[in-house]
Parts: sequence; C-alpha cells; structure tokens
Amino acid sequence: MLRVIGKRIALLIPTLFGLSILLFLWVRSLPGGPATALLGEKATPEAIARVNELYGFDRPLLTQYLTYVGRLLQGDFGVSINTGRPVLEEFATRFPATLELTVVALVFAIGVGVPLGYFAARYYGRFLDHSSVVLSLIGITVPVFFLAFILKYIFAIQWGILPPDGRQDARIDATHYTQFYVLDGILTGEYDAAWDAFLHLILPGLALGTIPLAIIVRITRASVLEVQNADYVRTARAKGLMERTIRGSFILRNAMLPVVTTIGLQLGLLISGAVLTETVFAFNGIGRFLRDAIFGLDYPVLQGFIIFIAILYALINLIVDLSYSVIDPRVRVQ
Amino acid sequence: MSTILPPAAGGSAAPNDPAIDTGRGTGLWKDAFLRLRRNPQAIVGAVIIGLFLLVAILAPLLAPYGGDELPGRTSITPTTIPGPGEIDGFPLGLDRFGGDVLSKLIWGAQASLLIGVVSTALGLAGGMLLGVLAGGLGGWVDNVIMRFVDILLSVPNLLLAVSIAAVLGQSSYAIMIAIGVSQIPIFARLLRSSMLSQRGADYILAAQTLGLSRRTITMSHLLPNSMGPVIVQATLTLATAVIDAAALSFLGLGGGLPQAAEWGRMLTYAQAELAVAPQLAFLPGACIAITALGFTLLGESLREALDPKTRRK
Amino acid sequence: MSNRGTSVRGTGFARKRAVLTAGFSVAALLLTGCVQSEREENTGAEGESAVDSTFVFAASSDPKSLDPAFASDGESFRVSRQIFEGLVGVEPGTADPAPLLAESWETAEDGLSTVFQLKEGVTFHDGTPFDAEAVCFNFDRWYNWTGIQQAETTSYYYGSLFRGFADSPENAVYESCEANGDNEVTINLAKPFAGFIAALSLPAFAMQSPTALEEFAADEIGGTAEAPSLSEYALGHPVGTGPFKFDSWDVGQQLEISIYDDYWGDKGQITNTIFRIIDDPQARRQALEAGDIDGYDLVAPADTQSLKDAGYNITPRDPFTILYLGMNQAIPELADPQVREAIAHAIDKEALVAQTLPEGTEVATQFIPEVVDGYNEDVTTYEYDPERAKELLAEAGYPDGFEVTFNYPTNVSRPYMPTPEQVFTNLQAQLSEVGITVKPAPAAWSPDYLNQVQGTPDHGLHLLGWTGDYNDTDNFIGVFFGQEKLEFGFDNPELFAALDEARGVSDREQQTELYKDINEQIAEYNPAIPLAHPAPSLAFAPRVTSYPASPVNDEVFTDIELSE
Repeated sequence: MLRVIGKRIALLIPTLFGLSILLFLWVRSLPGGPATALLGEKATPEAIARVNELYGFDRPLLTQYLTYVGRLLQGDFGVSINTGRPVLEEFATRFPATLELTVVALVFAIGVGVPLGYFAARYYGRFLDHSSVVLSLIGITVPVFFLAFILKYIFAIQWGILPPDGRQDARIDATHYTQFYVLDGILTGEYDAAWDAFLHLILPGLALGTIPLAIIVRITRASVLEVQNADYVRTARAKGLMERTIRGSFILRNAMLPVVTTIGLQLGLLISGAVLTETVFAFNGIGRFLRDAIFGLDYPVLQGFIIFIAILYALINLIVDLSYSVIDPRVRVQ
Repeated sequence: MSTILPPAAGGSAAPNDPAIDTGRGTGLWKDAFLRLRRNPQAIVGAVIIGLFLLVAILAPLLAPYGGDELPGRTSITPTTIPGPGEIDGFPLGLDRFGGDVLSKLIWGAQASLLIGVVSTALGLAGGMLLGVLAGGLGGWVDNVIMRFVDILLSVPNLLLAVSIAAVLGQSSYAIMIAIGVSQIPIFARLLRSSMLSQRGADYILAAQTLGLSRRTITMSHLLPNSMGPVIVQATLTLATAVIDAAALSFLGLGGGLPQAAEWGRMLTYAQAELAVAPQLAFLPGACIAITALGFTLLGESLREALDPKTRRK
Repeated sequence: MSNRGTSVRGTGFARKRAVLTAGFSVAALLLTGCVQSEREENTGAEGESAVDSTFVFAASSDPKSLDPAFASDGESFRVSRQIFEGLVGVEPGTADPAPLLAESWETAEDGLSTVFQLKEGVTFHDGTPFDAEAVCFNFDRWYNWTGIQQAETTSYYYGSLFRGFADSPENAVYESCEANGDNEVTINLAKPFAGFIAALSLPAFAMQSPTALEEFAADEIGGTAEAPSLSEYALGHPVGTGPFKFDSWDVGQQLEISIYDDYWGDKGQITNTIFRIIDDPQARRQALEAGDIDGYDLVAPADTQSLKDAGYNITPRDPFTILYLGMNQAIPELADPQVREAIAHAIDKEALVAQTLPEGTEVATQFIPEVVDGYNEDVTTYEYDPERAKELLAEAGYPDGFEVTFNYPTNVSRPYMPTPEQVFTNLQAQLSEVGITVKPAPAAWSPDYLNQVQGTPDHGLHLLGWTGDYNDTDNFIGVFFGQEKLEFGFDNPELFAALDEARGVSDREQQTELYKDINEQIAEYNPAIPLAHPAPSLAFAPRVTSYPASPVNDEVFTDIELSE
C-alpha cells in the first residue's frame, strides 16, 4: 500500500512540473500586465516601466521562471501582487471556506442523487425513472450562477429566511482558529456562530450541489441497473433471500463502487462551480479569489492556486482509489 | 458545470468491456435509432432541438428587428426599462440598451447554435487528432500526449476555458475557441481509451493477421468502431458549450457588442437589473436551460441506446 | 464588540434568523451542559442608548493597505479616514481644505515655507502624543523612501505630488521640516507648490504614530522582488489620531474598527463600524435589502429609484467627476480638427445623460467640475447639431462618413462611469446618425482596457474619466493634457507649457485666471469631448438618517446619524 502511494506521488511530480511551465507561460501571455492592473487610471508609460523594473517583470522569461521554480522548491509560492500577502497564507485562509462549501454541496448532491438514481433504476423505464432523470438534468442545464441568483432572490430577498452573502453575519462576534467557521463555532462553544455559519452555507451549497447532482443520479442509476441483473443477485433471489436483504446488502453495496469514483472526480467541477457561486454569494473562498486574480493579473496567485488545486485533485483521486479496497475487498490497489 | 460526462469514466459505456457487438445484422446504429424512438426522453430532447434549430435558422424571418439594433433607445432611462406589454411594438419589452427583447431572444438562438457547433467541432477535431495519434501509434507518442492531456485535465475544465479566454482577450471568437480547446483533452482521453478497448477485439486481430498496415487498421477499423462514446460526448458538449458560454460571459470574458443578441450576454447584463426587471434575466436564462436540456436528453438517451448493458433488456 | 452572543439585529431576515439562532444555542447548551464560551459577557453599551451603535458598511473590496501612505485606492482611504487625520481636513460637503490637526497655517510670500499651529492635547491611539516632532517624523519618512517604496504602486500620491525623494533632491518639492517647540512646525519646500495645502487633505498624507510606525516596521515592504509584501503595520497595526481605532481584519470577509475613547473631537453615535467586503454590486444591494448591512457606495443607476421607493435612503454626492470621450490623434481621421469638431456636434450630451447616467449628473462643458478653481463659464461649447456635423465631415473630405475604432471597458463601474456599455451603445447610435461607423473594441477594464488606451497608440475613440482627489485644477487637466500621452496622441507644446506654468504659480487668484484661459484653450483645441459630471450615490437603511456625503469622499462616520 505505501509503495503504491509513493509511486502515485512520484508520478505527480512530472505533471506538476509540466503544469508549472504551462502556467508560467500562460500568465505572462495574458494581455496587459500586473503593473497596469495595479495602477488603474494612474498608469502612465513611465510608471508602468518603473513598476515592471522594480517587480522584476522586465527580466528575461527564463530568468523569471528559474527564480520562480527555485523559490517553489523552497516552498515559497511568492506574494500576491494584489494583497501583498504570501500566496500560501491566502490559500490557507480561504481553502477551508471552499472546503466547507464543497462538503455541503456534496452532501446535498449525494443525499438527493443516490436515492433518486436508485429509485430510477428500480422503476426503470417508468414515469419515476424519466422524471428523476429530467429533474436532475434541469439542475445542471440551468447556468449555476443564474440558479444561485434565483435561490438568493427567493430565499434571501423575498422570504428573508436565509442570509444572502458572506460566511457569517457581520454583527456576530466569533473566534476563529481553524478558519472552518462551523467547526470553529463548535470548538469554542459559540454555537450561535456555528449555526450562523451553517446558514450561510445552505444557499451556495445548494447551488453548487446541483452540478454533481445530475452525474451522481446517472451513475447510480446505471450502476444499480447493472448490478440488479447480475448473476449473484439472481442467485440470491433464487435462494429466496428477503428482498430487503438483497437490495441493501447486494445491490446497493455493489452499486456504490462507480458512484464513489464519480464523487471523487467531481472535485474539478466543484472548483469551477465555486468560482461562480462564490462570486454570486460574496463567499470568501478560493474560487472568488482566483477570479479576482485572473482580472488583477496576480501572477503568483494564479500560479500558486492552480498548482494547489492540481495537487488536491491528484490526492483526492488517490484517496478514492484507496477507498475501493474498503468498499470492495476484491479490489487490490495496484 | 463544464462536462456532464466525467472524463474517461464512461460510466455505463464501460470502455473495457469488449462486448460491444458490432457485427450484428441489425447494426449498432440502426438498433440504437430504433431504441431512441421508443424513449420518451429522447423524443422530448429531439423536439426541443428541432424547435431550437428552426428558430435559429429562420431568425431573419421571425425577428421583428435585427439582433444588434436598438429600436427603443429613446424610450429608456437609467431608472425605467419598459417591461413586457408596456410599450407598443415590443411584446416582451425592452432591455437596458433599448433593444427589443423578443428579437434578441430569437437571434440569440442563432448565436447559441453557432457557439455550440463551432466549439464542439473544435474540441472534437483537436481531441480526435490527439486521440488517434495516442491510441493509434502507442509507445512514446502515446506517453507524451497523454502526459500533456493529464496536465490539462488536472486543471478544472471551466478554469481552463477561463484561462484561454483571458489570453485571447475580448474578441467575439474568444469564447468559442476557449470552450472548444478546453474540451480537447476530454475528447482525446475518451477516444484513446475507447480505441484501446477495441485493440484486442477479434476483428482487429483478424485484420492484423491479414497483414493490413497499422495505418489502415487504425483509420478504417479501429477509429470508426471507437466513435460511439465520442459522439455521445459531442452531443453533450453542445449543451455544456451553451451553458459555459454564459458562465464565461458572466465572468466578464468574451467580446462583441454589449447589446449583442446572445443569451449568455443578455443574462449577464440582466443581473444588474434583477430587482427592477427580472424578466430580462429569466427569459434568456430559460432559453439556455431549455436548449441545454434538449441536447442533454438526446445525448444521454443516445448513450443509453448505444450501451450494450442496457440493450439486453 | 458590544453585541455578543445572540444579539443579531437588523431588519427582515436577520430578525428571523436571530430567533433560529437563539433556539439553536439553547438546545446546544442543554445538550452539552458545561461548555465554556471564550467570549466575555455582554459589555453593556446597548441597553443605555436607544440606537444600535454598530454600523455595517459594504466595501467593494479589501483595503489594499492599512498604511494610507502606501495606498491610493478608495477602499483603503475609506478605512483610513476613520483611523487617521491629516494636518489639513476638508470643509464638509465641499472639496476645499479646512483646519484639522493643524488649527491654522501661514504660508510665506515666496510660497516656499509654511508654518502650522498644531492642535494641542491630541494623542495617537497608542498614547504617543501628537506634536511637531510627530509631524516631522511623517514628512521625513515619506521623503526618505527608497527603491520599491517609491514605486507608483505603493506611494503613488507622495511620488506624484512631491515629485522626488531624498535620493533625487533635484526633483523634490519637499525640502525639510522644523519643529518649533511642541505645537508649531515649519515645512520648507524647495519649489513653489500651489496645491500644497489642499494636497495635505489626502489620506495619503495623514499623520501616523511614529512609535507604531517604528515598532511594526511600516517601511519594511521588501518581500520578494516580484511583489512587495505588506508591512506588519499595514497588515494590522495602523495607529492614528482619528475617532476610530483598528480592531481586526478578516481578509476578504470584514474589517472592524471601534471608537477611540480619548478622541479629541465629537465621538458621535457609532461605537463600532464593520466594513463588510462584498464585491458584486447586485450583492451589495441584496445585502442591504436583507438587513445585513446599513449602507453601501456606488449604487447602480438602475437601483436608485426602486430602493428609494422601498424606503431606503439614497444620498447623492455632489459630482466631482468627469467622463469624457477621448479622440486619439494617432488615427489620421481624428487628427483632423474638422472631424473632431464634427464629432463634438454629433453628440447629444443631454440625451446621453438622461438615458444612461444617474440622477444628479450634470452635463459637462469642460474637464473640471464647476466648484474647481479655473472653471470657465464662457468656454467654447459645441451644440448638438447633426446637420452641422455632416457638413463638417463633408468639408473634411468624408461626405459618406468613415469607420473608426471605439474602445470601451466592460464589466466595470467607476464613479464617473457606472455603466460604460450603455454609454458606448448610446454614443454609437448617435455617431451612426451622422455617418460615423463605429468598430466596437470592448476590453476588460483592468488591465486590458487601461493598457490599450494608456499604454499603446492602438485605439481610436475611447471612454475614460477621473474622480478628483481634492480641489486642484492640475489634478484634473494637468493629469489629462499636461504632457504628450499615448492616450490622445497629440503634441501641443503651447498647452503643455501653459499647464506647467500655471502649476508653478503660488498666487491662487493669478493661478485661477491662468486655468480659465487654459480651459478655453483646451475647448478650442478639442482633444476630447467632456461628456458629463456623473454623480455617484450611496444607499442606506432607513435607520441611517444622515450621512456626511462628500464630493471627495471625505466621510468620517462620527457624523452619521442613526435613528434606531
């Protein structure tokens, strides 16, 4: 097992190396430059030239890249041009927010998607099947930022039962240790703060959750369809096992394997979606920050954040692979 | 949002299953078509797409005004936007710029069709090129290409599209190119794994025994028989392209006239007036959702129809 | 903070949520029994006064820095105006200088030395006394910056107004600072600088505590070469003499300040202010409607009426802005004065303002707002006259019009240009009526658009503008037309010389006359068309009964009045 993990991590290195080159070339091919982005209306050619010189953007690309990689190897991801804070710190304070949001989105997607997919398969070809598939697809065909706006409009503005933006009410005085606001609230005993943070997660979580929902429904449905016709299920039926046992222990358990894989693969989609939902809900996570970085041409942040995301993506896939052997003892990780 | 099909998972398509029966008398595609006709989801999808195509093609005849025209420019002020039925000649009202909402929705179908088709074609062409090179040649070519594809896949799809669009600046083609190129790695990976699964099939072995050249085998046998999942993905990409175009527009990318008749653009500008004139957001939003739903339903049904596992029912 | 625990207040949603919150807290406490909260008990303060003394304001972004000397953006200044005070303040509701930390001042005949009488008994938040030495410490700090500290991205205002540092004394406007006892200070300039006093009202030149500046190494902004990192001071230890002191900054989320108990002036009703970061304009409106915030700035023109109808208070600022249509003379057609005149006659400014700009916007005839020195009532204007425009075009050799690129920014809202896309479409339609076909060239505001327009000759007609910092004519037209610029692509030595001369005159009246002439000169030369002076407005919850709106954003929250 350890060797497998080691090998997978070793494989990650060339990918990350290639990614760092691509990212480096990409940020520097963006039109304009960070100097103009910083100076705004005050950008005169002289001011731009001076800022470029001071920041080192006028040096040859190769020199810039080597400096960058040299620092990277020492664990230094640089300093954000827009905020003047270390990139690592910016990521560390915002990632918990996005993770909290992603967890809520996934819980929603799994909680609704798996039963919906299961029943669609059980009543294959019937009305319930078609309607559950269409329902889950509507979730994905409405642009997520538009859905976010509608949810906000109805629940936050018209009915006023959920907060429209942010991670916590401005007037709540909460102590933060881990930056996971819900967790912080529980740890410090500030339950009102935890509850408030949780309420702030519902609308963005719901909007974000519709993205993986359709896929989870579809995979669950396909997987259950396959399993419920498998030989061992027929054998179990022939043996006269109770239908409940068959459904619970045989079908659902065996059908979960591809579902777990799919859930692991949703991370990329969720990060993309987070860029949009966090923007709509002024939610202070990595998605919104990444968007600001693109428009502010914050080179170090763009380079650093995308590498972090790629590493996370790879790690999650590894965990998913490893979890196979837990769900299905027959699978041995290779 | 980006892809409905998770990369290479293929879910029910099961690329490793060599059981895809290509030699049957009825034929895979004919059989699939028959099955589609019996599937209500597929029919709903087809009807939506049919209507959409009709509107898109007949836009010049259907729309009262041109897409970029501003016939109601003098009737708007910063605080008033005439809504549906409030002013003669504009049944769905005006937008922020003074454009006729009805005309813009109609022309928007054409713009969406163009975005969908061009970006899908681009992704398909690029992906097939890489996929055929990787899957057909194998060896180090395969390794290099798939490494590259892995790198691109390690970046979330929409972020990739955003990155490309940001580099291209605000030209009208930026969005199509960005969405198309961001689909290339997905198509490449899909085609390659589909081709790999076909490699051990009997008919390939037979062709090899006959002494056919590798090129002939790849182009004439391997490729055509590996296209199923790719075609399904292409149908789904038509849907995601329309949605992604709206997302890119929302993030402030893409170019052309601000009053351009494009659903994503209309939706984006309408956000600012959501509280004052919600119809400006809901109408294009609904158009995007319904069109995407049509393509998705058809794509999903097609996938199911081509899938040997559900075929045995 | 004063409101601990479940004291979530506000309208609508917040109230309903408070009930939920309370319910949850009770349940949780019953379950766990003896978990200790780390927070102190309610510190009082609320029971006594009838109003909720916490004021929540939505900012569009985090401040770039808490050290105003190293900042030039509006959100940094909004915060630093609460924490810091300068020698010179602003007369409420105007753009004119007024005494603040300096009770009076006297400038010598030659304009080179100014003696300031300082207010007595003022202390910084850390207890350091505010005296002549503190003033000199600040001036010398600015003057002695080196390297990246001098970059326009860090110390824009000092660099552009005082023009030189200790390592380049030949350019420097500042020369030295002398403390004459505790409460009198003399600032010596190397060159006359007519706008000196007015400039000191900028937050960038606010007085900061010498003790804190040193203790938290305010000038250490080294970081790496690629990007200067903020100093410890700028990240969390700003210390000034202002009515509020800094509490905490949760980056991307909110920034909190609270009243300074030993503040020398009137403390007003507000004890705590929270700046909530909400970058999306529509989200700010929704936060206001949901009762999460008490107010926000730069209301979208479309929202003003509906918010007013719903009972919110809309407070417009007097316009201190200019929006203009630039004409790049690197384009052959636009280099022809007749063509530029034709374009001026083709534009109906009244219609543009009525159809696309917020209420309170004034049509512009020149590049400075009316309240700025040198405003010329009798300046040459170009009436809206499409027929005359067509004639002029024909005379210039374009009887059928011509095609020209029109650059405009997208997805941005500036105080002088809330909706650039609409201004563009409106002008596009007006120009097409006289036969000028426009080739649209949209670009994201920053950096693409600014780079295209200011950094390359590769643009045609374009929209840009300016928000004034203080009452100084050079701060408007000197910025636009003071030198040869890629933006306008013309070389007019006569105009450049006139502006240079006016800048160096120390007598205000004489200077005003010069600027009047320059404004006429610009109007005749017609390098760009002044379109409007848009009025930005703020929106507040009904409980905010008065807000000290200022054309130059000099708004200190002690002057806010709350009713509940």
